[in-house]
Amino acid sequence: MTTAAETPPPQPATPPPLWSPAALGRRWWGNVRSGEIGSTPIVVAIALITIFFYSKNSNFVGATNFNNLIVQMAGVTAIAFGVVFVLLLGEIDLSVGYVSGVAGVTVAELQLPGSSHQLPGLAAILLAVLVGVAIGAFQGSFVSFLGVPSFVVTLAGNLAWQGVILKTLPQGVIVIQNNTINNVANYFFTPTAGWIIAAVISAGYAAIVLNGIRVLRRHRLPVDNLPGELGRIVGVTAVAFLIAYWSGTDPRRGLPFAGLLIVALLAFWSFIAARTTFGRHVYAVGGNAEAARRAGINVTRIRMFVFMIAGGMAALGGVILASRLRSVDLSAGGGTILLDAIAAAVIGGVSLFGGRGHVKAAVLGSLVIAMIANGIDLVGYGSATQFIVTGAILLAAVTLDTVSRHRLAASGR
Amino acid sequence: MAKTPALELRGIYKSFGSVRALADCDFEVREGEVMALVGDNGAGKSTLVKCAAGIYTPDAGEIRFDGSPVHMQSPKEAARLGIEVVYQDLALCDNLDVVQNMYLGRELHDRLQLLDEPQMRRATEETLADLGVTTIDSVRQRVATLSGGQRQSVAVARAVMWNSRVVILDEPTAALGVVQTELVLTLVNRLAEQGLAVVLISHNLNDVFEVATRITVLRLGGTVGVYERAATSQEEIVRAITSGAQSREIQHA
Repeated sequence: MTTAAETPPPQPATPPPLWSPAALGRRWWGNVRSGEIGSTPIVVAIALITIFFYSKNSNFVGATNFNNLIVQMAGVTAIAFGVVFVLLLGEIDLSVGYVSGVAGVTVAELQLPGSSHQLPGLAAILLAVLVGVAIGAFQGSFVSFLGVPSFVVTLAGNLAWQGVILKTLPQGVIVIQNNTINNVANYFFTPTAGWIIAAVISAGYAAIVLNGIRVLRRHRLPVDNLPGELGRIVGVTAVAFLIAYWSGTDPRRGLPFAGLLIVALLAFWSFIAARTTFGRHVYAVGGNAEAARRAGINVTRIRMFVFMIAGGMAALGGVILASRLRSVDLSAGGGTILLDAIAAAVIGGVSLFGGRGHVKAAVLGSLVIAMIANGIDLVGYGSATQFIVTGAILLAAVTLDTVSRHRLAASGR
Repeated sequence: MAKTPALELRGIYKSFGSVRALADCDFEVREGEVMALVGDNGAGKSTLVKCAAGIYTPDAGEIRFDGSPVHMQSPKEAARLGIEVVYQDLALCDNLDVVQNMYLGRELHDRLQLLDEPQMRRATEETLADLGVTTIDSVRQRVATLSGGQRQSVAVARAVMWNSRVVILDEPTAALGVVQTELVLTLVNRLAEQGLAVVLISHNLNDVFEVATRITVLRLGGTVGVYERAATSQEEIVRAITSGAQSREIQHA
C-alpha cells in the first residue's frame, strides 16, 4: 500500500558523513573487490622506479632529463589514449604501431618542400590524423559490421601498413623541415609560460570539480567524498606547479609543448569517457555487449567510432614521433611502439577484458615505461634489461587485472 | 470485474519450421494483478512472451493492448506501448553502477548534451524507494558488488521506470536463495499494487502461489486454463501442467 507520497525521500537533509574513515575504507574495499584497483599500485611503482634510478644516477631527476622524459613518452602516450578506448570496448588494435608510422610518412610527404603536394604544417598534421581515422574506420568496419575478430583484422593491418610504409618511402628517409611540425615535439615554453600554464590548468581543474559539487548541492544530493574531491584539487595543483617548476629549472629549455599536448588530450578524452553518452556506451559495450544491445545501444556504431579514435590517436602519436626525430625513415612505427602503447594502457590499469579502466591509464602507464627506458639508458644497463623489466611489469599488471577479475566473479553473488 | 485486460493475446499460432510452438494459445493480464504463467519446459512460455514483447510476430492470432489490436514488429515498439521484459539473465552491465544501468541506453542529458548525473541519480533513488528496494546502500555501487536479489531488483526497477504498463518477469527467482527470493517476490507484489500488469513466469509453484492473482497454465503450445489462485491448489496446477487435465471448468477471462 505504500505510495510515493508516504515514502520519505531517500536522503535526509543532513546525512551522516559519507566520508568518515570507515565509510571511505568500506568503499575502497568494495571497489577493490569489484575489480577496480585504482591507481595506487602504479603510483607506488612510479615512486619506486624514481627512487631506484635516482640512487643509481642523480641526473635521473634532473630538469634536463625530466624534460627529455616528457618528450620521449609523448608519442606513445598519444597512441595509448586510443588503445585505452579499444581495450575498454573489449577489443584490441595491433595495428596502431604502423598506423602511426603511416601518419608520420604522410605528414613528412605533405610538408616536402618543392613537391607538388606541399601543405602548411598544421594542414599536413590534420590530414595525417585524418588518414589514421580513415584507416581505423576501414579496419573497424570489418570488426563492427562483419564480426571479424579485431585481433586478426588489426594483425593484418599491422603487416599491411608496414608494407605501405616501405612502398611509399623509396628514398628511405624524409627530413622534416617544416617548423610547425617539428615544434610539436621540439618547442619548449619559457619558465614564465610554464607557470602560467600550470596556473590555468589548476584553476580549470578546480573550477570543474567545484562546479560538480555545486551541481550536486543544487540537487540536494550528498557529495560522496568531499575531502577526496578537495584533495584532488590540491593534488593536481601541486603536480602542475611542481612540473612547471621542475622543467623551468632546465637551463636550456622549459616545459615541452608535447607535455601540454598530452595534458590537453588527457582532459579531452577523460571528458569524453566520463561525461558523454558515447563514453558511457563504450563502457557498457565492453562490460556486456548483449545487455548494451538490448538497452537499445547501437553497438556497431560505438565499435566503429572507437576504432576510428584508435586510428586517429595512433596517427597523432606518429606525428609526435616523427616530429621528435625531425624525420621519418623505413623504421617509422616499428620497434617497440605498438607493444609499448598497449602495455602502457594495461600497466595503467585498463582491463584487457573490457569495461574497466580510465583514460589517465595511458599517461600513467606510458610514464612507467618511459621512465624505465630512460633510466636504464641513463644508468647504462642496455636494452636487454629494459625489455626484461618492462616485460615483468606488464606481466604483473595483467596478473593484477586477472586476479581482481576473479575476485569480482567470486563476489558476484 | 469486467475490466479490459491491459494485454490480451487471442488464438496465437507460432511455428518454427515444422515445430509448432504455439497453437491457439490465449493469454491475458489485467492492471494491478500478478498473472503467473506456468508450464513444463517446451510448453511455449518463452515463445508466448516473445510474441507479447514484439520479438516474434505470431503466425496467426490477435494481440490487443488496452482493448485495441496492435501489431508489434520490434521490442522497441513494445517498449513504446509500455511492455517491458526482465530477462532471466538480467542484461545488466556488471562494470557499471546502479544509476548507469537504470538509464542505460536512455540517458538523461543537461543543456550541454552532457550526462545529467544528479538528475539520473535522484530519479533512481526515488524509483528504488517507491518500489521498497532498501537493501542497496548506494546507487553508485557497481552492479558487480550486488547480491543476486539486489541485481534482480535493479533489473525490475529499470523495467518499470519508463511508464511501463505491463512488466513481464522471466524466472526472476530462478537463481536466488530464500531471503533473496522473498525480496524479489515482495517487489513483484509492489508492482501490482502500483497498478502495473505483472506477468510472472516461474517453475516454482511456491513462489507462484505466494504472489499470483491468477495462474495461466500452458501445455504443448496451448492454454490449458486460467485459474484463480484463491480457488485452486498446487495439486490442481501440477495436474494441469503435466496432463492438461481440467478438474474444474476454466475460469473465464
